[in-house]
Amino acid sequence: MLINNFLLLGAVLFCIGVYGVIARKNAVMVLMSIELILNSVNINLLAFSQLHGNVDGNTFALYVIAVAAAEVGVGLALVLLIYRNRRSISLDELSEMKG
Amino acid sequence: MEVIRDQNWLLSLGVFLPLAGVLVMLFIPKRDELLQKQVALVTALATLGVGVYTLTQYDYDQSAKLQFFASTEWIKVINSGYTIGLDGISLPLYFLSMVVTVLVMIYSWDHIPSPGNPKAFLILMLVLQTGMAGTFVAQDLILFFVFFEVVLLPMYFMIGVWGGEQRQYASLKFFLYTMFGSALMLVAFLALYYKTGAQSFSIPYLIENGIGIDKDVAIWIFAGMFIGFAVKVPMFPFHTWLPDAHTQAPTQGSVILAAILLKLGTYGFVRIAIPILPQAAIEWAPVIGILAVIGIIYGALGCLAQKDMKRLIAFSSVAHMGFVMLGISTLTSIGINAALFGMVAHGLITGMLFFVAGSIKERYHTLEISRLSGMLLQMPKLGWILGFCAMASLGLPGLAGFWGEFPAILSAYQPAPGLSVGLFRTLMVIAALGTVLAAGYLLWLYQRTAFGTVNPEFATPSHTHSLGAAGNDEHHGHDDIHDVTVFEWIAWAPLLIAIVVLGVYPQLLFKVMDPAVTEMVKVFNK
Amino acid sequence: MLAETAAVATSGWFLEHAFLIPVIPAIAFFVIIFFGKRMPKHGSEVGIASMLAGLVLAVGATWQWIQRVESAGGADEGGAIARGMYGFARGLVPQAAEGKAEPYVEPVIRSWTWWQSGGFEFSVGQHIDGLAVMLLLLVTFISTLVQIFSLDYVRGDRRYTHFFASLTLFSAGMLTMVLAENTVQLILGWEIMGLCSFMLIGHWWEEQANSRAALKAFFTVRVGDMGLLVGVAILFGAFGTFSIQETSRIAMDPATSQTVLLWAAIALFIACIGKSGQFPLHTWLPDAMAGPTPVSSLLHSSTMVVAGVFLVARMYPVFYNGFDIAQNGNSANFIAVIGGITIIIAAGLAFVQSDIKKVLAYSTVSQLGYMMMGLGVGAWTPAVFHIFTHAFFKCCLFLCAGSISHTASHHSFDMRKDMGGLRKRMPITFVAWMVSTAALCGVPFFSGFFSKDEIIDNAHHNGYTVFFVIGLIGAFMTTAYMTRATYLTFFGKARGAAAGHSDHGDDAEEHEMEHAEPLDDHAPVLAMAHAAHGHDTHDTHTAAVAHDAHDAHDSHGAHHKPAFGLAEESPILLVFPIAILGVLAVLSGYINAAPFGIEKFLEWVEPRGGEYAPTIDHATFTWAKAMPSIVLVALGFVVSLAICRSIYGEADSKLKGLTQRNASARAGYAFLANKYYLDALYEKVIVHGVAHPIANAVNWVNQNVIDGIVNAVGKGGKGTGEWVYRNIDQTLVDGTVNGSGSVARGTGGALRPTQSGKVNQYGALLFGAAAVAALVLVLVNT
Repeated sequence: MLINNFLLLGAVLFCIGVYGVIARKNAVMVLMSIELILNSVNINLLAFSQLHGNVDGNTFALYVIAVAAAEVGVGLALVLLIYRNRRSISLDELSEMKG
Repeated sequence: MEVIRDQNWLLSLGVFLPLAGVLVMLFIPKRDELLQKQVALVTALATLGVGVYTLTQYDYDQSAKLQFFASTEWIKVINSGYTIGLDGISLPLYFLSMVVTVLVMIYSWDHIPSPGNPKAFLILMLVLQTGMAGTFVAQDLILFFVFFEVVLLPMYFMIGVWGGEQRQYASLKFFLYTMFGSALMLVAFLALYYKTGAQSFSIPYLIENGIGIDKDVAIWIFAGMFIGFAVKVPMFPFHTWLPDAHTQAPTQGSVILAAILLKLGTYGFVRIAIPILPQAAIEWAPVIGILAVIGIIYGALGCLAQKDMKRLIAFSSVAHMGFVMLGISTLTSIGINAALFGMVAHGLITGMLFFVAGSIKERYHTLEISRLSGMLLQMPKLGWILGFCAMASLGLPGLAGFWGEFPAILSAYQPAPGLSVGLFRTLMVIAALGTVLAAGYLLWLYQRTAFGTVNPEFATPSHTHSLGAAGNDEHHGHDDIHDVTVFEWIAWAPLLIAIVVLGVYPQLLFKVMDPAVTEMVKVFNK
Repeated sequence: MLAETAAVATSGWFLEHAFLIPVIPAIAFFVIIFFGKRMPKHGSEVGIASMLAGLVLAVGATWQWIQRVESAGGADEGGAIARGMYGFARGLVPQAAEGKAEPYVEPVIRSWTWWQSGGFEFSVGQHIDGLAVMLLLLVTFISTLVQIFSLDYVRGDRRYTHFFASLTLFSAGMLTMVLAENTVQLILGWEIMGLCSFMLIGHWWEEQANSRAALKAFFTVRVGDMGLLVGVAILFGAFGTFSIQETSRIAMDPATSQTVLLWAAIALFIACIGKSGQFPLHTWLPDAMAGPTPVSSLLHSSTMVVAGVFLVARMYPVFYNGFDIAQNGNSANFIAVIGGITIIIAAGLAFVQSDIKKVLAYSTVSQLGYMMMGLGVGAWTPAVFHIFTHAFFKCCLFLCAGSISHTASHHSFDMRKDMGGLRKRMPITFVAWMVSTAALCGVPFFSGFFSKDEIIDNAHHNGYTVFFVIGLIGAFMTTAYMTRATYLTFFGKARGAAAGHSDHGDDAEEHEMEHAEPLDDHAPVLAMAHAAHGHDTHDTHTAAVAHDAHDAHDSHGAHHKPAFGLAEESPILLVFPIAILGVLAVLSGYINAAPFGIEKFLEWVEPRGGEYAPTIDHATFTWAKAMPSIVLVALGFVVSLAICRSIYGEADSKLKGLTQRNASARAGYAFLANKYYLDALYEKVIVHGVAHPIANAVNWVNQNVIDGIVNAVGKGGKGTGEWVYRNIDQTLVDGTVNGSGSVARGTGGALRPTQSGKVNQYGALLFGAAAVAALVLVLVNT
């Protein structure tokens, strides 16, 4: 089935994203990894939407895109500020939240 | 009970306007002290304006009825309503609270006590004003209780933050003592509510139905209210918070405490305890009378022993409130009229005395009587004002104090039917002795502080020389010790004028109070 | 309502507007206080003008009152008196049926509602009858003269304006009381006077002795005032009215309970004891001499001290029926006993004073005793007449004393140290003094004779034999101590300050310095000692001396120093009032000179018996009855002169230094010098007791017992709280809480490493958890 390919692509993208989030030290890279995860979800949503002949999934995907854009905006702004203050965007150095 | 509902928004406006000022002040930065003071003063003045408008709109011919009456549902579960109204008993005190707040604001203009922070201080004062005015217009027990307690907190902080050295002790004592009284009072209110059929907390309703309560129960309910109010008055032996609170409170706090807060207790008796439970009041009257007279003598003797001027004035409050309570305990219209008059007069006079004491403290940094002397030489005007207030306080006819004391003594000769005539006549004689002691401690105070020569400790070099010749010379050095300032004059003049005006023409007040009181005591003359 | 008027008692503008008499000085007081300092004469002109205006009104009122009485007196038998324009109360007054009876003259009463409370009305108004008119005239007249006298006497004083303000208010208070329509108004005037006496006696308050005297005066009077409050309350409670006329009517009603009247009378009389310096509350009066001399003369002649006498006279029906004066006959009653005791003890004290003003003060007390005794024995008219005559001669005597100290003795009042031989140097003062002394002693044809002798005579007539004798003894003693005072002041050799001026001429300045400087330095100490010990031995300077030394300082800068010559008299402003009063000291008696059949006072002042006043029988005067007192007066003069000559004269005699040699004489002297130890009793025992041990005890109780209970409750509460906290809260309740808490804490501690703060780690955890969750989901669903 065609749908399996879509799902497989989604899974691959998701795993790359997760890997990026966990492994990368660069904040911008982490943000981009998050984008990957979100887009893998979008692919899944669109695939299922096609499968069921239902536009709900498309709608959801549009929402996710919008939210992701906002999220990246905020995220990049944060990173920018962090960079301005720290002269670095390495996440290893940002451990003030340590309990 | 008939009520007049015209302009029923007026009282709410008068009560809550200060809170609007508080709201504005919250948004003004703390640094901007001048603006803070301006806003506070304008708010207080606006409130006073509402008060004056209330005076003009008040129907003096129907003083026995509640006017500007408003009533809506508030806490439906317990049938408590937002019921407010004003009659001849509350009008003078309602207005007095507004006047005193304004005067205190004016005085605060250049007298913010340490540690400063006028923003918080003035906000507390405005909240206090809402509480005081609210207590006097509330016609619902729960509402009354809420306002009664609202008053407590600002005063607690005022004493606790801006007070003297022992402020922590004094403020806590004040707070706990009053809370203790309030707790019993609340229980009494609840008992009253259930015993009248759990219908309403409205005072007019309870006055109509309270008489149906079984007498034995009524006596216990009265006891609860008695303690609640007696603490606030304060009556002997519940008075010990007063000297401490007064001594430690900042001048403004003392003035408000003396002028208004003490009256909440006596007002409670007249407004709530006695009209709702007349049958218990008759039983309690001798107790109240005896305690009142003990308070008169005891307070006076306490005054004689004091070494601190402010503490002495505080004790004199115990004695004066004794006269008020004696008037109330007779349960006659003349006695209760005297008590109400005495409340206003005491508010004016003792408030004024505390102002003067505050100003003396500010100049000499002490209120120890033995160290102050010759004030008339250094500050003739302040000395004169002190003398004037002392004379008013000891009940000189022609000044306001007399009309509180003399009719109270008069009324004790013939108390309400059902009360022991012999007992009250004895009380009358003892109370008259109290006036002698009042003269003793006040004049003694005056003689020691105002007369004589200036204590070398405070004398200015130029002054010791000019002692014999010209006393009014300007003195140099010792900048602390100066005569009455402009702000003090503005803050004091209304009080001084009111003391004279009420002394010369007491009818101004009696006219307002008499119909309401006469209506109230009808139940005792059946 | 109105009677069918056989004769209309005339009223008139002055009578109807008599209330203006106190109002004018009251307004003047405020004018002086607020604007006086800026005026050219510093307010004194306002004071004098107001008193003069009052005097004019009072003269008018007197004139119209006399006409009113005359017109009423001409009424037909059974006629009625119409009420005044503002007519009040009962217009018809039934006349006593006896032939001699004269119609009751309705007083001119007006009243306005002042305030009302509980259905009762309190009013202000005027109640003008003979008594009121007489006192209005007297008070305004004396006040005017005293203020004129003060112009020069206190010139240069640093509180000149305040002095006149207080004097004016003082007169206003007295006038308010005199024409009071009701008892509340009476209290008002009464207390205003008390306040002013405080301000005036303490005028030189820099000295502690003066302020103490002021305090003592106010406080002592206030002790009496307690009686006034109670008395008024009783009368109001029992009769339901404050109106004096109503009260009198009810008191005269036979149906009225005598017990009530008795209690009211006792209470009111206690007030009179305080105000009029009667035994045992007379001690403030001599101390009040600490005030400036014009104050003393005003206080002790027509105002303040006669207020008590006035009160008794005004409310006479209450006292008359309360004490049953008419029936008691030969026995005694409260008023007469107090009056009698006062006469004797005060006269006794006058013998040992070396301060001329204190002699006069005690003489005042003694004369007030006469007035009280007169009222007590039913001699209303003579007693009131004695107020009248006494005012003139006593005021004159005080002003003479002031004049002497002002001019001759350099502000000293010590007769023994600083006076003597002034007869030639101050001729006018001397003559006035002699005339007034003669009047005071009751020498025939001087005013005092006509009044005092009447009192004594009526005491006998009404059957009060004991008091008749007391009156006679008093007359003897009066003459004796006044002879002594006169001798010391005007005769013999000049001493001290008086000598300093005349004998040394050019050295006067220097002497004055010597004299004044140490005085000023030591004065406060001595004054304090005086205040503390409550007696003045005649070797120390008294309080009065102290302040007058002070006064010297004040006034000398400003006023022109008199030239120290041989025949120096005080300035005209001082002499003028003295001269007028000296003349009146003789003439005032002839208004009611019984020996000559002139009984105008009886006619004009005495209220006719009947509904509002008791009918009182009067003794008729005969010279034979007057003889004992005349003889005693002469005897007093001769004996006293002889003793004075031997003690104070130049020739040696056995009597000199008697008090040093003879133990019993010394003891007697000490007893008198210490004022019967009454002052010691009051100040040391009662006042000191109340002010210190008792007040301190109360304070102790307050601090330790009541507050102790409060604190103990607080501490107990805190203790209980702590116990509960430790034992129940901490172990039991908190045990549970802490248990769960420590579990949570342990868990938290264990999980802590996971909170590394590293985003990646969080991400790993998140996804790890998601993976686990997914695994679980898969497992569950399959």
